[in-house]
Amino acid sequence: MNSLLNTGRPPVFCPGCSHERITKALDKALSNMGLSGENVVIVSDIGCSGLFDTFFNTHAFHGIHGRALTYAAGIKMAKPDLNVIVTMGDGGLGIGGAHLLAACRRNLNLTLLILNNFNFGMTGGQFSVTTPPEAQVGSGFLNRLEKPLDVCDIARSAGAPYVARCSSYSGDLPDEIEKAVRFDGFSIIDIWGICPGRYTKRNKLTPQIIDESLAGLSSCSGIVEENKRIEYGHNYREISSKLKKVAPPGGIRAEFIFPESDRQEVMILGSAGQRIITSGDILCIAGITAGLNVTQKNDYNITVLRGPSISEIILSPDDIGYSGIEKPSVIIALAQEGVDRRRYVFSDLDESTLIIKAAGVDIPESRATMLNVDFKTRGIKSQDWALVSLAILAKIKKVINVDMLNASLKLVFRETVLESALELVKRVEI
Amino acid sequence: MSLSLLEGNEAVAWGAMTSGCRFFAGYPITPATTIFNTLLRIMPPAGGICLQGEDEIASMGYCLGASMAGLKSMTATSGPGISLYSEQISFAIGSEIPLVIVNVQRLGPSTGSATRGADGDINFMRWGNSGGLPVIVLAPVDIKDCFVLTMHAFNLAEEFRCPVFLASNKEIAMTKESIDLDAVEKPRIIDRIQSKEENFLPFAVKEGSMIPEFLPIGGKTLVRQTSSTHGADGYITTDPGIISRFQNRLKNKLESAIDSFSFHASFIEENAETLIITYGVTGRAAKVVIDEQKKAGKPLSLLILKTLWPVPENLIRDKAKNAKNVFVFEMNMGQYVCEIERILPDKKVKFFGRMDGRLITPRQIMEAISNE
Ligand code: SF4
Repeated sequence: MNSLLNTGRPPVFCPGCSHERITKALDKALSNMGLSGENVVIVSDIGCSGLFDTFFNTHAFHGIHGRALTYAAGIKMAKPDLNVIVTMGDGGLGIGGAHLLAACRRNLNLTLLILNNFNFGMTGGQFSVTTPPEAQVGSGFLNRLEKPLDVCDIARSAGAPYVARCSSYSGDLPDEIEKAVRFDGFSIIDIWGICPGRYTKRNKLTPQIIDESLAGLSSCSGIVEENKRIEYGHNYREISSKLKKVAPPGGIRAEFIFPESDRQEVMILGSAGQRIITSGDILCIAGITAGLNVTQKNDYNITVLRGPSISEIILSPDDIGYSGIEKPSVIIALAQEGVDRRRYVFSDLDESTLIIKAAGVDIPESRATMLNVDFKTRGIKSQDWALVSLAILAKIKKVINVDMLNASLKLVFRETVLESALELVKRVEI
Repeated sequence: MSLSLLEGNEAVAWGAMTSGCRFFAGYPITPATTIFNTLLRIMPPAGGICLQGEDEIASMGYCLGASMAGLKSMTATSGPGISLYSEQISFAIGSEIPLVIVNVQRLGPSTGSATRGADGDINFMRWGNSGGLPVIVLAPVDIKDCFVLTMHAFNLAEEFRCPVFLASNKEIAMTKESIDLDAVEKPRIIDRIQSKEENFLPFAVKEGSMIPEFLPIGGKTLVRQTSSTHGADGYITTDPGIISRFQNRLKNKLESAIDSFSFHASFIEENAETLIITYGVTGRAAKVVIDEQKKAGKPLSLLILKTLWPVPENLIRDKAKNAKNVFVFEMNMGQYVCEIERILPDKKVKFFGRMDGRLITPRQIMEAISNE
């Protein structure tokens, strides 16, 4: 079969560099498979292994150190039929560790060739995550302090379904690569090699030593039975194809008359569990049923089940410019925590503001009109206080009316929840 | 009229879908997460791909790969994520990869306040890349802008082959607002130009153009992409002539075209001595002020910039030509004001900023102006 090597750009590695053997083995594997350049993309990392894409007449993507697997994943998801080969050194392995783990867990059909030569060749032979502690490298004594990692062990425990390890000097290398490329899932080959430019200047490493070292390690010859599973892309497309298409948000028809003539600002101050945000939604949608422009801002703690919960709503027949609340027409004060977070609004209020206050909540002094409600004595549960407050507003035709509120409830709730909400509104007496 | 109630972030997601975006990858972060949530709900059923990256760097990497394979791609994050995006942003600039990046700004520095708004990354988006070449940054004011400017962002990314930021803000992104989606005027959708050249070179530009035509990785013609300094063929070059022409082109392709995408809203009063310049959610408070002042017979002018980078210099000079004083309001400690001072050296430029997690109010704007 045809070679995919780019004869115009022959390898430029140091004499004796094992990367050259891997280049040829990769070419042999691809041509044995009968692939043409358009079926393959080589995604290369940084360092001497990062030159790989330039030696082949294939699609090519060369990016930033350690990130090759991320580009490869994007390409593979977009072009599922493409054979995606990633070349990465032991340097990229370290800096891109999170991406390696993710690729193993995800099982997208990529082939990762790790060109493992135990040091950073390009930058001067510094230690990498695979450098033995006894090696003399360009990082002084530092590699003596750290334990090298075994990428095959890591890949297996991270869920890679295909893990192999071999020497760049192995005659089987083209076959090894072919098997990995043919595998339908994420495959890794940890290929041990020699870097005469840097590493073997101060350390003894020969093909024979590599073989002996490999013989002493647990065997990794490809398929990892316990990690075998459906390939990510197939799975993704299979699940997606069964999902129902989502229509763009349909609008809500305006059918009621706003009981007010101008912008109304409402603050609902409560605590987690009081359905404050839902009530804010209900109020906004009630506004929309009267053709109003609305905004809603919610404020709650990141730990959503505790702490204050606040919804701030503006309803207006005009465009809503400034979306902050300066002078609320209504404050619904249902819990101390919520009130405390907005203490600063009260001092500026006058009689035109109505405060609906749950019994027991302390609010700062103000000139606002007060309506005290003893929800507990009325037998109303805390999570319904906000809705009942909206019902009070609707019945006194402040900000909303009953038609708007009921129409909104019908849009927000379904079935039994809706029934009990409508019933709750109906029962409210002023 | 029929209105929907959406968050700004949801409007961004629908704007992306409408633009033909079919790839999204992101990492959860408040206040940007609801963009991911929405797209995960709507994009896969439409045949698109929505991924949660193992981190922000990966999310960007997925997008760059997918974009080069031909899909319109988007990611979304907040300040801490933009920090991690930085290396990939530089890659997208230098290697001309179309991409939309939504930055839902929150109060910084660092992890700052996850649920408080700010416009603190305005200069960071422009300058947070190695090499310092320009990017496009658009800033929405309200929910409608979230939808429309997202569409423009895709169009610009495709047309100029570059990353485009949407500089959103928690105060727009997580605020729900009514919008009539059908009534929104949508821009015509622009797609990257597919090359028909027989001898395709991935970074060759035709006579009279500054933007290389595109072919996807994985098509019939072999395509090379590289983050290294490259010639037209996508191979590394060390030729100073080629390098210099390439860098100049990356700069000029955006800066020379800025007049064609200087999005803004302006309210210029002939007799007003003071011009307010602002952007983002602060534009809404400023509009309230100028409306009130007009009623009171004390007109002020207002320019709300929706394209921040490259700086729309001609637009700003033109709108400021009759003003004596220029007042810049920003939800930060003073960033874009430096550009205004640079462009309008003969005007008295004043600044008011707020960075405490709350909106600049109309009252503060009025006080700042009347104190002068
Ligand atoms: S420095 Fe090492 S890895 Fe790089 S080309 Fe030379 S021998 Fe090969």
